[in-house]
Amino acid sequence: MSTGTQHGESSLLIQLQHGLRREQIKRALHDIRAGWDRRELWMTLGLQDVRQRYRRSKLGPFWITLSMAIMVLALGLLYGQIFGQDLHDYMPFLAVGFVIWHLIASLVNDGCQSFILAEGMIRQLNAPLSIYVYRVLWSTLIAFAHNIWVFFMVALWFGVDLNWNLLWVPVALLVLLLNGFWIALFLGVLSARFRDVPLIVGSMVQVLFFITPVIWKPEMLPGRALWLHLNPFYHLVEIMRAPLLGQAPALANWLPVIAITIVGWSLALFFYSAYRWRIAYWV
Amino acid sequence: MASIKLENVSVSFPVYSASTRSLKNRLIQSATGGQIRADAISQRISVVQALQDINVSLEDGDRLGLIGHNGAGKTTLLRVLGGIYEPNSGRVEVQGTTVPLFDIALGMNQESTGYENIILRGLFLGLPRKKIRAMMDEIAEFTELGDFLNLPIRTYSAGMQMRLAFAVSTSVVPDILLIDEGIGAGDAAFLNKARERLERFTEQVSIIVLSSHSEDLLRNMCSKSLLMEHGRVVFAGPTDEALEHYRAMRGW
Repeated sequence: MSTGTQHGESSLLIQLQHGLRREQIKRALHDIRAGWDRRELWMTLGLQDVRQRYRRSKLGPFWITLSMAIMVLALGLLYGQIFGQDLHDYMPFLAVGFVIWHLIASLVNDGCQSFILAEGMIRQLNAPLSIYVYRVLWSTLIAFAHNIWVFFMVALWFGVDLNWNLLWVPVALLVLLLNGFWIALFLGVLSARFRDVPLIVGSMVQVLFFITPVIWKPEMLPGRALWLHLNPFYHLVEIMRAPLLGQAPALANWLPVIAITIVGWSLALFFYSAYRWRIAYWV
Repeated sequence: MASIKLENVSVSFPVYSASTRSLKNRLIQSATGGQIRADAISQRISVVQALQDINVSLEDGDRLGLIGHNGAGKTTLLRVLGGIYEPNSGRVEVQGTTVPLFDIALGMNQESTGYENIILRGLFLGLPRKKIRAMMDEIAEFTELGDFLNLPIRTYSAGMQMRLAFAVSTSVVPDILLIDEGIGAGDAAFLNKARERLERFTEQVSIIVLSSHSEDLLRNMCSKSLLMEHGRVVFAGPTDEALEHYRAMRGW
C-alpha cells in the first residue's frame, strides 16, 4: 500500500464528476428498485430493530404506545392549562400532532443513521445500499403503528368526529414516507461522510418541534401566517392531522407538500447518484 | 455461465482523521482559506492506494487464490469482486450471482432463536423466505442442534453458533463465491461432516476466489493464484509457484 496526499475539496469534486455520469444515475435508480426487491430482508431487519430496543421487557414494543400515552397526557394537561384551552378540543389536537411529529422526527433523525449504523453489513454484504434506508422507514412505520392508537383512544374518549376524511390518512402517510425516503437518503449519505450532521440535525429537529404548531394551534398566532406557511414541517404535519381530526384536506397544505416531495427527491437522487459509490468507503 | 473481468482496476481510500470528518472543521477550513497555508499539510486527507492496475479474468471452473501479507489488498480485491467497492478507475464486469462469504455469521441475531436465524441468514444470502422454509429441515438436521434451535442463539456456545452459520451459508450455491481466510466450522467431530459438505458445496460453485494465509488450503483448492503486494499483482500463475515467490519475498 502506498500513501499519498491530496486536497479534500478536489477529491470530493472528482467524486462528484465521477458520480454524475449517466451510468451512475442509472445505477442509483437501479439500486433503489433492487432494494425494494429485497423487502423480505429489510422488513425483517426493521422489525428486529424495534424488538431489540424492548427485548426481554414485560410489555415489549407496547412501551412505545405506553410512553407516547404518558407523554400526550402530561403535555396535554400542562399546556391545556397554560394556553387556557378546552381539553375536549385540545387533547385530540395534541395527541394527533405529537404522534405525527414523532413519525417525522424519527424519519429525519434515524434517517441520518441509516448508513452509519449499517457499517458492518455494508462492508460485507453485496446488497443494494437502499435497503438500509427502507429498513429505517419500516422500523419507523412499525413504531407509528403502535403510537397511532394513543390518538384513537383520545379521540374516542373526547368524541372526535371521525368521518370519511379518514380515507385521506393512508394517502398522507404514504406521502410522508415518500418524503422520509428522500430525507433518509440525503441525510444518510451526508452523515456517512460528515459525522456532525446527525448532531446538527438532532438539535434542529428539537427547535422545529417548538416552531411547528404541534403543541400550539395556528390560531394562537394571529398575523404571523406567512412564517407558518414558510415552515415545510407545518404542511407535512397538517396533511395528516386534518383528516384524522375529521377535517377536509386543504390545497394550501397539499401543494407545498407536493412541491417539497418533488424538489426533495430530485435533490436526493442527484446526491445519491453522485456519492452512492463512496458510501462503502466512508462508513 | 459465470465470468469475472477486471481491467486496470484501481482503488484508493481516503483516510479521514477525526478532524477532517467534522463539518465544523471543513467550514472553518474553507472560511479561513488561504490564511493557514503554512499549516496545509495537516489539512490534507491522506489517501491509501489499496489497489493499483489490477487485471483479472476468470471463467467457469476457475479457482483463484489470493496470496500476500496483511494489507496487500486481498480483502479490498474481494470486495471489488463482490461489488461492495466500486473502483476509482478501471472496469469491472461480473456475471453471475455473487456471494461474499467473509463472515459466515453475518446478520445472525443473538436474541433470535436458531430457526429464526436460519431464516435471517438465508435472507442475507439473498434467498426468498419461502425457499429457506423449504430447506429448513435439511439445514436443521445438518446442524445436529435439535431442540436448541428453539432457543435464542445467545445460549449457544461459539462452536454451536458456528455450526448453524456454516450450515446455512453452505446451503445455497452461488455462481461466484468469494472467501476470506477460509470457512471455519466448529469441533473435530463435526469437522469431517463439514468438510464433506464444504467439498460438495464448492464443487458446484463455478468460480471461487479465496484469500488465505494457509498454504495447504490454497494448494488444495486453487490451481492458480495471484501474489499481491502494496496493492499490485506481483505474480500471477500456478499456486505452487506463487507460494514459492511469496516465500522468497519474505526471505525464507
